[in-house]
Amino acid sequence: MIQVENLTKYFHDLCAVDQISIDIQKGEILGLLGPNGAGKTTTLRMLTGFLQPTAGSIHVKDFSIDEHPLEIKKILGYLPESAPLYHDMLVFDYLNYVADIRQVDKDHKAARIREMGDLCGIDNVMHQPIGELSKGYKQRVGLAHAMMNDPEILILDEPTSGLDPNQIVEIRQIIRQIGKEKTIILSTHILSEAEATCDRIVIINRGKIVADGSTESLKLSAGNKKYVQLCLQKADFKSVDAVLSPIEGITGIQRIEESENDLEVRIDCRSSIDPRAEIYQKIKQTDWVVLDFHQESQTLETIFRELTLEGK
Amino acid sequence: MRQAIQIFRKDFRSYFVSPIAYIVIAIFLLVTGWFFFATFFLFGQANLRNFFSLLPIILSFVIPAITMRLISEELNIGSYEILLTMPVTFTGVVVGKFMAALAFVVAMLIPTLAYPITVAALGQLDWGPVAGGYIGAVLLGGAFCSIGLFASGLTRNQIIAFIIGMAICFSLTLIDKMLFFLPRSLLGVLSYLGADFHFQNISKGIIDTRDVLYFLSVSFLGLYGTYLALREKH
Repeated sequence: MIQVENLTKYFHDLCAVDQISIDIQKGEILGLLGPNGAGKTTTLRMLTGFLQPTAGSIHVKDFSIDEHPLEIKKILGYLPESAPLYHDMLVFDYLNYVADIRQVDKDHKAARIREMGDLCGIDNVMHQPIGELSKGYKQRVGLAHAMMNDPEILILDEPTSGLDPNQIVEIRQIIRQIGKEKTIILSTHILSEAEATCDRIVIINRGKIVADGSTESLKLSAGNKKYVQLCLQKADFKSVDAVLSPIEGITGIQRIEESENDLEVRIDCRSSIDPRAEIYQKIKQTDWVVLDFHQESQTLETIFRELTLEGK
Repeated sequence: MRQAIQIFRKDFRSYFVSPIAYIVIAIFLLVTGWFFFATFFLFGQANLRNFFSLLPIILSFVIPAITMRLISEELNIGSYEILLTMPVTFTGVVVGKFMAALAFVVAMLIPTLAYPITVAALGQLDWGPVAGGYIGAVLLGGAFCSIGLFASGLTRNQIIAFIIGMAICFSLTLIDKMLFFLPRSLLGVLSYLGADFHFQNISKGIIDTRDVLYFLSVSFLGLYGTYLALREKH
């Protein structure tokens, strides 16, 4: 559906996006993750044709964005970050205008606007000026705008930012619902959101792709590390390190927090060996008191942190 | 072209949603009305020469006020991003916005038709120069709108857009009155550049292709400049 090859964007000397290549299939919900300033928005803006890439190519279906931007824009709906809409227009007027520009059939226009109003939950604010709406409602109007002509590809830049938890759930439902037939690309920095809605996750950091795959495969590929979290009383880090580090499968011990009574450590282990039994045996021989003892595998959050903090 | 018409409709309507339209029209009518009628009865002549001779100067600050928000507001609130990711071309955007501004200028000129009607009631009015004057006013309005639109495309600050637009329009209007200070060799070229010079020709009722061509080329240059300014942000 969408082929992106070696996409690069420089702002003067600053490299915002550095040789990104992604191949997006029809019907995929792709989540673009990354810390602030990683190049998410710039990438999306280039996909929509708003910014011109410094180098690289974007093909949507058989159209190249350089040669046929109009054809691509016709099948593409875009919701920019924070939904910048005309403040002085009424919601209905605005949707009407969008429907006209997007050449929605005159006979279906009214029905389509009503349908969008229902889907995005804005039918009760249709006759209010956009400038007076709350952020959540603006976001919904933006979503209705993006979906007006039933586009094949939907690009959403942080669609749930500024929404309350109920609205977030609603928007996610909408996204999943329309994602059954459409290709959706969304950027977010909320990891649980990506995990909940996306089929595929691409993590970018400083303009480069650092991970690409489904949530499961990302966890699997980074999954050769597990760690055990341990909270002890009457122990000091030095002796814990001395007692536990000889155990097979433990690659390192890190102090998380040490107070007068408690010591919290993180024990990194190889995933092939489960050292928990041996840790327990060793601790039993001392007079430490165990307050907390559990194993964690990599969550998306730890993967994200690991990949995006590297080299900092 | 279809998109240009939609953009025209939206921008033209949004003028009348905000109070700016009414304020600008009111100021325009007050200023022209006062300057015209203050001396009208002293001269006691049934013509609108006085009105048309003032028009370029008045329009050169009123029109930038009309056009200043067209693009810079979009740049400022970011709706520009939404606009350009819809299936529209740069040309469509520029033409649509230009048409909206020009239509607004025409809407602003329509109430001034009360002046020739009043004058015609008071004496023998020659309608030829009046018709020429209005044709000239629309041409001049087009040229100034395109300049104002260009200024608006340069910056996201409406005030700056207004000042740039006004500076260019004012210079074009006054340039043939400044010839006194300029070297003799440039006189021919510079007097041709003056908008007022061409406008006064038309408002005498003589529609010369040179004058029409002048306004059309200024409009085109302004619109092309706007097009380039938008492309540059792409």
